[in-house]
Amino acid sequence: MAYFLQQLINGLTLGAIYALIAIGYTMVYGIIGMINFAHGEIYMIGAFVSLITFFVLGAVGVTWVPLALVVVLLSAMFFTSAYGWTVERVAYRPLRGSFRLAPLISAIGMSIFLQNYVQLLQGAQVKSLPPVVTGGFRLMESGGFAVQLSYLQIIIVLVTVALMAGFSVMIAATPLGRAQRACEQDMTMAALLGVDVDRTISTTFLIGAALAAVAGMAVTLYYGVIDFFIGFLAGMKAFTAAVLGGIGSLPGAVLGGFLIGIIEAFWAGYFSSAYKDVAVFGVLVLVLIFRPSGLLGRPEIEKV
Amino acid sequence: MDLGRRAKDSALAAFVALILAIPLVGFNTNQPGGNSVGTRWDWVAIAVAVVFVGRFAIGLLPPRRQGERPPVVSLFLTKHQHILGWIGLGIAIVWPFLPFASQYLLDLATAVLIYIMLGWGLNVVVGLAGLLNLGYAAFYAVGAYTLALTAAYWNFGFWEALPLAGLTAAIVGILLALPVLRLRGDYLAIVTLGFGEIIRIILINWQSFTYGPNGVNGLPRPTFFGLPLAARAPGGGKTFAQFFGIDFSPTQRFMFLYFVTLALALIVNIFIRKLRRLPVGRSWEALREDEIASRALGINPINVKLSSFAIGALLAGFAGAFFAARQTFVSPESFNFQESATVLAIVVLGGMGSQLGIAIAAIILVTLPEFGRDFAQYRMLLFGAAMVGIMIWRPRGLFSLRTPSIHLSDAKR
Repeated sequence: MAYFLQQLINGLTLGAIYALIAIGYTMVYGIIGMINFAHGEIYMIGAFVSLITFFVLGAVGVTWVPLALVVVLLSAMFFTSAYGWTVERVAYRPLRGSFRLAPLISAIGMSIFLQNYVQLLQGAQVKSLPPVVTGGFRLMESGGFAVQLSYLQIIIVLVTVALMAGFSVMIAATPLGRAQRACEQDMTMAALLGVDVDRTISTTFLIGAALAAVAGMAVTLYYGVIDFFIGFLAGMKAFTAAVLGGIGSLPGAVLGGFLIGIIEAFWAGYFSSAYKDVAVFGVLVLVLIFRPSGLLGRPEIEKV
Repeated sequence: MDLGRRAKDSALAAFVALILAIPLVGFNTNQPGGNSVGTRWDWVAIAVAVVFVGRFAIGLLPPRRQGERPPVVSLFLTKHQHILGWIGLGIAIVWPFLPFASQYLLDLATAVLIYIMLGWGLNVVVGLAGLLNLGYAAFYAVGAYTLALTAAYWNFGFWEALPLAGLTAAIVGILLALPVLRLRGDYLAIVTLGFGEIIRIILINWQSFTYGPNGVNGLPRPTFFGLPLAARAPGGGKTFAQFFGIDFSPTQRFMFLYFVTLALALIVNIFIRKLRRLPVGRSWEALREDEIASRALGINPINVKLSSFAIGALLAGFAGAFFAARQTFVSPESFNFQESATVLAIVVLGGMGSQLGIAIAAIILVTLPEFGRDFAQYRMLLFGAAMVGIMIWRPRGLFSLRTPSIHLSDAKR
């Protein structure tokens, strides 16, 4: 029981990180109908910006943890969303209306580029950050196994839930959200009715990248080690989460993210940690076979 | 645009570049002690200046008009591509006998041929059928490991393992693609991308079967109708050199592998050319252009897509067997995402659908890293940037050699 609870807590934390990335996939898919392969890389850049900001703050002498966390959060969101915006502007916008494969190839090219860009600039070896947020609760103890709930895990899950609630309200109630939903349904019609389509798409990328940056910061704090390649598998899993929840659906991405996190944690806890990535991949294939529209998604209608 | 506005636009681009450069270029975590950062503001200044000048210069170029004629080089190549193909084949045949052909150059040429084969195989999937396979190295790995494991467990030789390698890769391809082919093409792309990574994890972790991260060595080289090209034949048989009464030299081995690879590459080339003329080849291209219309005309999209995917995997399996025989060693690390990305870059740069273009691209991309460490270091960065650039400026590839699959009768005059 205690072990189960511990895996659940770990899974939820992991799931929060995946959910944040998955939102970026699902929003971009919803609005322009493509898989943004570079999104995992954006998350990796978010992790690097967080790490660098932590180091800079340490060098400047900011030691009060809450202040440091807020500064890192803002810095990561700002710089990473600049990357998200640029990726869309450079690699996707010129291809709107091109043949079907073009944006996908461009996206994979961008992903390769960003990975190697970070590798060349920051080195290939693993970077580590000493623990910033320490301590936690000891929930229960049974048979010599203590269930730990760290402050960091609480922060990660709370920040994730708060951000998601915020963005759900934004999509539902603000003019920007309305424009996004309009573009999702029919881009040409939205443009005719005065919605600035380019700008709406850019904003979508900005938001997606900002959320991925939060995920990147969370992972830097949680694991304390990052390298230039983390975007690949995390992107893959977050995409699986988006598909599991129903791609295009925001609550679906959140649900899918938490489910994937829990599946991964339990697989690693009860079966083998070597094959946890294989397990998540298996989930992706199973979902695509049996329920391609996901848990909360609508079936896709093909239009001529 | 007048100059003032252009300058403003460039300044804006430079400003964005500044924001992008500050965290990742400006600070360097790659410090000997770790846990600290160095700064390199000079690099940031250079990056910003380059973006400003670059953006300004691009603005000075005359705007491209719709339906513009392709550049002269490419027109020349297109016009003479038949001759060029024969010339290329001629060079390939005499290559080992050229005075400067060393063992190293022969080995490099074999590697190029393997990549050309991979490029042609992926071209069937990406260029002709319009499906994106991002885990091509996985099928390549299946082929290489089929050779390695059949040799390790059952003592299979190269020629026995070769058809098996292709077949296994094709079967794996079918099993993987079947569930996702009825969905949008994007899903196939991400599933293959994931599969490329998964196969590596399995090869590393399933130690009892695959020998794990250390790989398998001592793999069989191809024999000449049962005559091994080695200094001594196993089991008292005759070697190639003894049979023909010549002195043995290791160069013969390289030369033989080169010619065998060349022969298979040619067979692959002819095979694909024929396929394109057959109904199945036509259906691939029809599906790529318009799936709904093709379905209305009675094409079964799943079978047709599956056939292209399986043929792509089959060719990757063959190429994998050659790769394993060339190295006489395989390990999971040879089949990472970089490998898939390189083959995809070859297909994209060469022009999707063009056989000659892909061959040229393979020669360039494979030999590029050999020119120096700098190239090797920046190779993937350049590939990624080139894939984006090609899609934006020249979606038909650098050489745009693709000939139309069908001529209408009045266009044939």
